[in-house]
Amino acid sequence: MHANTDNEGSRLGMWLFLYTEIMLFGGLFVLYAVYYNRYPGEFSAAGRELELAKGALNTGLLLLSSFTAAASIETLRKGAKRAALGLLGSTVLLGLVFLFNKYLEWSHKFAHDIFPGSDTLLKGPKGETVFYGLYFTLTGLHALHVFLGCAVLSACWVLVLKGRVTGERMNLLENTGLYWHLVDIVWIFLFPLFYLIL
Amino acid sequence: MTEKPAEKTALSITALLGVLAALLFLTGLSIALAHFYTGPLRVAAALSIAAVKTGLVLIFFMHLRQAGKAVALSFLATVVTLAVFIGLTFADTLYR
Repeated sequence: MHANTDNEGSRLGMWLFLYTEIMLFGGLFVLYAVYYNRYPGEFSAAGRELELAKGALNTGLLLLSSFTAAASIETLRKGAKRAALGLLGSTVLLGLVFLFNKYLEWSHKFAHDIFPGSDTLLKGPKGETVFYGLYFTLTGLHALHVFLGCAVLSACWVLVLKGRVTGERMNLLENTGLYWHLVDIVWIFLFPLFYLIL
Repeated sequence: MTEKPAEKTALSITALLGVLAALLFLTGLSIALAHFYTGPLRVAAALSIAAVKTGLVLIFFMHLRQAGKAVALSFLATVVTLAVFIGLTFADTLYR
């Protein structure tokens, strides 16, 4: 396929977009830090109610998916299309399992009447309300990113299959990979903030 | 436009697996630390491990070092901006 592509320009554009994402999540992390500083006791009490095992499992899944994403790019670069498709498909699958675990986690909270605006939270201590507000906002926003990542990765999978994305022309896949890794990095910080330090 | 032939981003699958193993090990370390250590450096330790993991992802999965000067400088500018933002926020909220 002949076309004028500017790899460096396209990559820089992707990074510029990633910076806006860093500032978006960074701002929310600051909000978390300020409120943790104000309500340390209530944050700790609420944070210990989260399911560490599920959080740890999800961390492993996302790290593994970052590996499969990076590996799919390297294998496609070497021309191994089938292997690249397998790795790319695994990445999407791992993302979906992550979302399913998140769904289970949120459902358990909902079952205990813990969700934004629920009676339990409105009547409970203020720090707890703030904690769960941040929990649902941050993990929700992150899950939305995982979902969108899965959608774009699936699109890449189809384009690789059709031969529109190849080892010589893989800008789209590389940029999608960058996005997926950033989503992983966001989780690398969310995990200790919500599941470990409290 | 011709493309530069030798963008040295290629990493072997074995090397990528090594990075994954390191990431998983650091996750385990972080969990173990949170479980057994309750001292004053608890938060700092967890966030430091997260920072190291982030470094691994940036360097080996996102090829930050091979992405060119424009990306390197703009990335640095973003991190510094965020750091200033965090610093100013705490300069305000901690000393009110």
